[in-house]
Amino acid sequence: MSLSAAQRFHAYANPARFMALSGRLLAPLWVAALFTIAVGLWFALFNSPPDYQQGETVRIMYVHVPSAWLAMFGYAVMAFASAIALIFRHPLADVAAKSAAPIGAAFTFLALVTGSLWGKPMWGTWWEWDARMTSVLILLFLYLGYMALWATIEDPLRAARAAAVLALAGAINIPVIRYSVVWWNTLHQPASVFRMDGPTIAPSMLLPLAIMAIGFTLLFLALHLVRMRAEIMRRRVRALRLARASSGEA
Amino acid sequence: MAEFFHMGGYAFYVWSCYGIAALVISGLAWQSLRDWRVQSSLAEELEKAAGGRVRRAADAGQQGEKT
Repeated sequence: MSLSAAQRFHAYANPARFMALSGRLLAPLWVAALFTIAVGLWFALFNSPPDYQQGETVRIMYVHVPSAWLAMFGYAVMAFASAIALIFRHPLADVAAKSAAPIGAAFTFLALVTGSLWGKPMWGTWWEWDARMTSVLILLFLYLGYMALWATIEDPLRAARAAAVLALAGAINIPVIRYSVVWWNTLHQPASVFRMDGPTIAPSMLLPLAIMAIGFTLLFLALHLVRMRAEIMRRRVRALRLARASSGEA
Repeated sequence: MAEFFHMGGYAFYVWSCYGIAALVISGLAWQSLRDWRVQSSLAEELEKAAGGRVRRAADAGQQGEKT
């Protein structure tokens, strides 16, 4: 049986196929995420040195930085899925976008709170209205606005379109966050891992950071699949209720 | 061991950070898994109650224009 590219594309849109595939993937994904985070925590708390300037507070980095990366990764997933939903009308795309939002919002919240807990002892302030912190706070509000839009528009098709437009418009904030430490004079330090000239962070700290980042990413993917599956079931429940209502009238 | 928990005098900041992260992440996981369980058992109930005809109609509606 040979399928055209477009047919193959839509074959994966079939929720039954997605449910079967994600059902098989989930258990190994949870195990991998928890194992990686456990190893990462061991390095972060027991087997990495204190910083020569920041002392033990550097351990906040192993939660703060992966959270901040996933805050942006979550938005990228949401914006990309929204674009697919608007352009190709892929049935799973708005499920993917909607399901990514609460996870991204949670990691954005964590990035802000852990940053604040790091800022107080090191900078002497819980919060500063500088470019990095303000743009990440805007990211949190974009997530919350996106979720509110889904919650207030009752028709899922109309909600999906409105939310997708908001997600795409807000995507401009992602490069602003990334380059905020370059474009503006901020309290926040510039990038030290993803740099053109290579990481400037010590290998003994880069290792726990990398392991935690991989663990958090696996956790994000596991949570995303669970939420997508729940959302598909919610739509099935809605369809079944509508079918029951219309057959009751007939 | 006491030295470990002391975190060079920054215990409050370091442990609050790890504690809040654990709380938020496990809360999100718990809520997501509960939502999945609630929705899938609701769907199962409705399918059982409806029988074959309605289930086929719901499937057709969900899968859109798949040929």
